Amino acid sequence: MNDPAWIETALTAARPQAVAALLRYFRDLDRAEEAFQEACLRALKSWPKNGPPRDPAAWLIFVGRNAGVDGVRRDSRLRPLPEEDQISDLSDAETDIAEKLDESAYRDDILRLLFVCCHPDLPTTQQIALALRIVSGLTVPQIARAFLVSEAAMEQRITRAKAKIARAGVPFEAPDREARAERLSTVGAMLYLVFNEGYSARASDVARTREAERSASVFAEEAIRLARLMVKLFPAEPEIAGLLALMLLQHARSPARFDADGQIVLLEDQNRTLWNGAMIAEGVAMLDKALRHARPGPYQLQAAIAATHARAKSAVETDWAAIDLLYRTLEAVQPSPVVTLNRSVAINKLAGPEAALALIDPLAERLSGYFYFHGLRGGLLSELGRRAEAVEAFNRAISLANSPAEAAHIRRHLDKLGEAPKTARETAHLSRTTNV
Amino acid sequence: MLYAILCYNHEDVVGAWSKEEDDAVMARLMKITGKLQDEGRLGPVARLMPTSAATTLRKGADEPLVIDGPFAETKEQFLGFYLVDCETLDDALTIARDLAEANPGGGSYEIRPVGFYQPATPKAETR
Repeated sequence: MNDPAWIETALTAARPQAVAALLRYFRDLDRAEEAFQEACLRALKSWPKNGPPRDPAAWLIFVGRNAGVDGVRRDSRLRPLPEEDQISDLSDAETDIAEKLDESAYRDDILRLLFVCCHPDLPTTQQIALALRIVSGLTVPQIARAFLVSEAAMEQRITRAKAKIARAGVPFEAPDREARAERLSTVGAMLYLVFNEGYSARASDVARTREAERSASVFAEEAIRLARLMVKLFPAEPEIAGLLALMLLQHARSPARFDADGQIVLLEDQNRTLWNGAMIAEGVAMLDKALRHARPGPYQLQAAIAATHARAKSAVETDWAAIDLLYRTLEAVQPSPVVTLNRSVAINKLAGPEAALALIDPLAERLSGYFYFHGLRGGLLSELGRRAEAVEAFNRAISLANSPAEAAHIRRHLDKLGEAPKTARETAHLSRTTNV
Repeated sequence: MLYAILCYNHEDVVGAWSKEEDDAVMARLMKITGKLQDEGRLGPVARLMPTSAATTLRKGADEPLVIDGPFAETKEQFLGFYLVDCETLDDALTIARDLAEANPGGGSYEIRPVGFYQPATPKAETR
């Protein structure tokens, strides 16, 4: 009942809510974190004796506030608060505080905590590191491993980021509707960055240690956990639900994305039985809920594309017409050459390589430094028998590869070029897109 | 008599389990349900998705209202259930105790006798 492993899990689960509330009390990130640490230490002493409290987050907020106030008391005279021993087995005080902190206060607390991590002056890697450290409570070594930097370097990055936030000041006024919507969208984008850091990390270097891989997957799982929390706090926001759906549908495929040698396995070749069916089911359920609002947005559209792939029992059963339509809609909502590039994969399936090439050729200038553009283009050209141009495009792609795995992947196709006429299926291999 | 054993817990805590922890708990629970199955006493078992996936239809005077989220914002959430054939309430409590032991941490089981039961298997595959 009270084994320490369970207590650890409960502390992790309560962390975002507790640190967020403590930040509101103390208006200082460091003090809020210290107060939470102190509350955790006291929980480790008290919970095995007294049993877990009914509401761990409320307990930690209450005790953390006392502990933090103890620290402040040295400088100023404040009224002492009851000791946690008096509240640990009986929940009057706990219930009291939980009631005071109603759902809407929690909501804005957590949103604020996530929002301060996305300070626009911070580079995205620092935003990610900060959110994982402060909100999720990952350790500095864990974060450092996934970013492949030393612990000291990561410690320094996080300290600097915190100092920048402290200087900028934390926005404590309760946000109005518009400000809340803005914060929500900023936080959503940051969570997606955290997720993608985990999603793409494995692809960035074949030589990564298994340990680094595991920490990267922790990122993706943390992003999903935080997105779930956001969906619970803001249940009627279809884009937040869409974001969670997108993450679940993409992460569900991760067991099939690399083979035993660490080589990339593209969507078409993945062993679909390795996909996580429970995660796909939850993603599809979330998307269904989101679409009911009839307020589509980029996350819902990308999730719908991922769901279309997930629904196909085999690669040949993929509904490319639906995918084309979804990408067209995404192009209208959020125009980007990368979206058009992704759509050309569907066009290749529906109308052939000539049509696909015609769609992407106008993108040449804007995507000249983009690995996937040249990889896909090389594939389409070789499918059309334009060998010399294909070789050139593949060579461009290799020079732009983000990882040895990507370069090796293109090289395999370059080796095959000339040996046999390309099939449509092989071209599709080269069309791995960023999101699908 | 058929009893429903309804499981309540903090879903945040359950959601924070690692895959390994989750698998280990599920394996221990399967041992208990496996035994009940062999004895021919096990009815359907369901583990629900997180309440973030829930939608609520509230009946009102006019059109029912469809709301995102679970029926009630509670500290502990309804996470799943077992249906078990038991001679007595004590029997059902013994099973709930076994389930509690296999599943560490907080939470509660509500044991409620079943009033009406219609066994059926949906055609759609469940994952």
